[in-house]
Amino acid sequence: MRGATAPPNASDLMIQAVHLRKIYGPTSVLDDVSLELGTGHGVTLLGANGTGKTTLLRILATLVRPTGGSLCIAGVDAVKAPDAARGAIDMVGHGSWVYEDLTALENLRFWTVMGGHDAAPARLRTALESVELDTMAHRRARTFSAGMKRRLALARVLLGRARLLLLDEPFTGLDRAGRKWLGEYLMSFKARGGAFVLATHSFDAGIGVADRVAILAGGRIALERPAAGLGLEDLRRLYDDLAMGAEAGS
Amino acid sequence: MAVRALGWLAALALAAGVATAFGYAPREAVQGNVQRIMYLHVPAVLTAYLAFGLVFLGSVGYLLTRRPGWDRLALAAAEPGVIFTGITIASGSIWGKPTWGTWWTWDARLTSTAVLFLVYVGYLLLRGMIDEPDRRARVAAVVGILGTANIPIVHFSVKWWRALHQPATILGPEPSPIAAPIAVTLLVNWLAFTLLLLYLVAKRTEIARLEDLHAG
Amino acid sequence: MSAYMRRAWIVVWKDMLSERRSKESLNALVFFSILLLFVFQFALGPERARVETALPGLLWLGFILAGLLAFGRTFLVERENDCWEGLVLSPGDKSAIYLGKLAGNVLLMAVVEAVLLLLFTVFFGLDFTGVLPALCLVLALGTLGLAAVGTLFGAITAQLRARELLFPVLLLPAVVPILLGSVSATQSVILGQPLAVAAAWLKLLAAADLVYLVVGVLTFEFVLEG
Repeated sequence: MRGATAPPNASDLMIQAVHLRKIYGPTSVLDDVSLELGTGHGVTLLGANGTGKTTLLRILATLVRPTGGSLCIAGVDAVKAPDAARGAIDMVGHGSWVYEDLTALENLRFWTVMGGHDAAPARLRTALESVELDTMAHRRARTFSAGMKRRLALARVLLGRARLLLLDEPFTGLDRAGRKWLGEYLMSFKARGGAFVLATHSFDAGIGVADRVAILAGGRIALERPAAGLGLEDLRRLYDDLAMGAEAGS
Repeated sequence: MAVRALGWLAALALAAGVATAFGYAPREAVQGNVQRIMYLHVPAVLTAYLAFGLVFLGSVGYLLTRRPGWDRLALAAAEPGVIFTGITIASGSIWGKPTWGTWWTWDARLTSTAVLFLVYVGYLLLRGMIDEPDRRARVAAVVGILGTANIPIVHFSVKWWRALHQPATILGPEPSPIAAPIAVTLLVNWLAFTLLLLYLVAKRTEIARLEDLHAG
Repeated sequence: MSAYMRRAWIVVWKDMLSERRSKESLNALVFFSILLLFVFQFALGPERARVETALPGLLWLGFILAGLLAFGRTFLVERENDCWEGLVLSPGDKSAIYLGKLAGNVLLMAVVEAVLLLLFTVFFGLDFTGVLPALCLVLALGTLGLAAVGTLFGAITAQLRARELLFPVLLLPAVVPILLGSVSATQSVILGQPLAVAAAWLKLLAAADLVYLVVGVLTFEFVLEG
């Protein structure tokens, strides 16, 4: 189901996922997920914990191979050649990729060099300033709160050149200012031609920045609507209906 | 079916092998009848090497193509490979007992084979500990490739190590020229074992394929 | 420096920095070496001659036991800090990570081996000064082989529940040639024989090192993938 906005052109599709399936032993986590995302667009993936949001995100990140279906990221077959697609992808997942014995600055330096980007100290400092961690530049990450580690991860993303951003519950642990910052960052990311998929189970934070909202239930995308004009209450109602329907069906 | 025919062929060849080993091959002057165990021991080790060659093939095949069929080949060859290696060690030990008076002498080939046995038992243990099919296949392939690449290195290192301490004891046919009956018997038994291996691999691959279908 | 070498280097840098801050591995390994010394002595009895004859074997037994501990932990920091994914998603040839981790392991083992050698000299009244360069060569070749396989298998077992059990089971049979070659070469060197006598063993070690390195470099990316 696609909404009123015209579907993106095939030529500037960042994600083209068709009939993705993921089975772990006897459990089927994802049944039949198809998703298209064009450059300059963002989609919020809603779903309760355990519905396979994280699995889907990890498949999109090429961290996990789907059991079935096809996936194209930035025009590259991500199942056959995941490495070729990875240059365009960055992820802010549950783990923030933070080495606890290293300082914030050292963590950034490591990941920036690993990503093949310029790791000049000035660049690293600017990124830390953007996420308001510059005062903690020389503090070991062991002392950071979960929210601070999340912000460090975002600083890492700033230093990269990703065109597809996958975020798993990125607003957790961020205060109001932090959420506002992240929202603005995602808008400017889209404006520069990037695309993102934001997975969350919280209804309020994720809706504003996305162009579309997709609800994951019963192993498939049960609903997909443009975010504009979708009220919080409508969304909640739709979600509950779907969640109950999925439970009844399984 | 081709596999069934292979099975019958292997059974026939094995029968022929036993017949030649006991009927056709001569009784060895010094060691007596126990020397006939060589017709089990030598073909077993050769077949084990063939099995591990197939493991290598399956491992490389999977890493290059990611098709599960190659991984099934690797698994199907590793299990009989371990069995044939076990037979090699056991028969070598049994052969050695009356000949040298002890069950184990760190003879070069026995030792190399024992190391090989340990490598591939580890391979099977590793496979048993991973549930996810893709990761299991990938990781087992890496261990399998290293294991096979190590075979010549292990062989030479053990051989030189033995040479340092004692002259080589030969657990095999006496040096050339090998008498015709002995050569023929060896050949027949080697052929029989190879056919048996191919039959087991084919059967095991089929079982693995059905297991995968059932699980997925 | 090419991007590949930069990535390998930054992995070494990160591991050395972590180790310097936490000092977990190095302290424990050094202390472990001291304990081994006592264990060897108690196991062999008070006669000094027995220890001297067994010396090359004891030395390498000590190195392998320390190696089992050290190499098994190669990717522990990635696992504990949830950074494995980050490595998987990093662009470029993943074997740079393998080489970086390998270099880190070799450095760690070099310190442990130096300590163990020193302890042997002190506790058993031995003198290696005459043969030190040759001994270092043997140690280098042997350690490289151990670390090449240890780093690869360390990555494999890092994601397993039963990693402490499976890692020695996989590693020990695979490094039998290294053990045989290193002990024989060490024996020859300690006896003061010219290097040419141990040449065959050194060539075997070098060949084994090359094979293990090549397999490691070529197959690491398959191990790293989630």
